[in-house]
Amino acid sequence: MSERYSRQELFDPIGKEGQMKIQQKHVLIVGAGALGTGSAEALVRAGVQKITIVDRDYVEWSNLQRQQLYHEQDARNRLPKAVAAKRRLTEVNSEVEIDARVMDVGVEEIEELSRDIDLIMDATDNFDIRMMINDMSQKANIPWIYGACVGSYGISYTIIPGETPCLQCILETVPIGGLTCDTAGIISPAVQMVVSYQVSEAMKILVEDFQSLRKKLVSFDLWQNQHTFIQIDKIKKPNCLSCGHERTYPNLSFTNQTKTAVLCGRDTVQIRPAEPVERDLDHLTQALSIDGEIDVQNPYLLSVDINQHRLVIFKDGRVLIHGTKDISEAKSLYYRYLG
Amino acid sequence: MRFFINGDQVEVPASVQTVGSLLEHFDIDNKVVIVEHNGNILSKDTQTEQKLEDGDRLELVHFVGGG
Ligand SMILES: [Zn+2]
Repeated sequence: MSERYSRQELFDPIGKEGQMKIQQKHVLIVGAGALGTGSAEALVRAGVQKITIVDRDYVEWSNLQRQQLYHEQDARNRLPKAVAAKRRLTEVNSEVEIDARVMDVGVEEIEELSRDIDLIMDATDNFDIRMMINDMSQKANIPWIYGACVGSYGISYTIIPGETPCLQCILETVPIGGLTCDTAGIISPAVQMVVSYQVSEAMKILVEDFQSLRKKLVSFDLWQNQHTFIQIDKIKKPNCLSCGHERTYPNLSFTNQTKTAVLCGRDTVQIRPAEPVERDLDHLTQALSIDGEIDVQNPYLLSVDINQHRLVIFKDGRVLIHGTKDISEAKSLYYRYLG
Repeated sequence: MRFFINGDQVEVPASVQTVGSLLEHFDIDNKVVIVEHNGNILSKDTQTEQKLEDGDRLELVHFVGGG
């Protein structure tokens, strides 16, 4: 097994010393979609001590084109992404501890997940959760690496508390309103490019080579053949509520938390019960097979088709209602069958 | 008007006189965009009114959410 990291140790900026540091680090990856599976595989191969990977969704056929840890069987079984990811990651490198969580990340969850974490990798698909990560990063003094992509376009920025501007500083600088959901499709090289930027920066942080960090906002379009770097240090605001002198971490306040959410580009509404519940999936399978048709039941979730909707009920209490973007319609279905 | 945008020389109609109209021209005026104009980051408040001149260098980076 000593051969395992030899090529990485031969790379001068890492060396044996850097490798030892990597092997003592714990990375939190928020999201196990395209970016999350890419980052997770790279960091697990690189030999970090521990990865915590968290995701609220399950594997679908439309994921297989770019979400590199998943197989057809995962889509067939509608396996939660975190569970499927852990399986594959353990096959890749059994020396790395993988903590896989099937859950929706809210304020409470991000506080718990961020304990003893050296670095947070952003692999999410929306800005609500990114703003939470941003404030948690500032509060607990943990670097995080923003990454996102759509179409053939990608963007990344590394946020180091106390050094760089934070996402709150950045998004305050530009007119808001355009932060809607991306529904334009995506090609896998755009994913891989963002993953490469994120993981390179991650490695520098893990070996504590902060001087080598990129320090610039990077964006590219692989179809339009464009690549842009911008220095944005000046955007840092002394009075920023997330990273400034009188910080209040507005994105970690509970009032900002929603219990229902329309999932990005998915024609799906997620409903979280107000109090945590553990669902009895066997019992629900029986009860719901009267009105609906059972699609899949596995140890983590139950998927059932009722008329033109599909309800996916997770053991942790959450329900995804597919076939609608209308929160009130989703709620009425929820209360009819699970209230 | 001729600008250098993200490294490329780009020809736009003469009616494009401000950053705001440039963003509209490229159909990214409803997005979250960071604009660097001749080496300076423009602030949110003044971004759209910033006057442009022939030969200006611009870097445009828009924020996306997908992942
Ligand atoms: Zn800030």
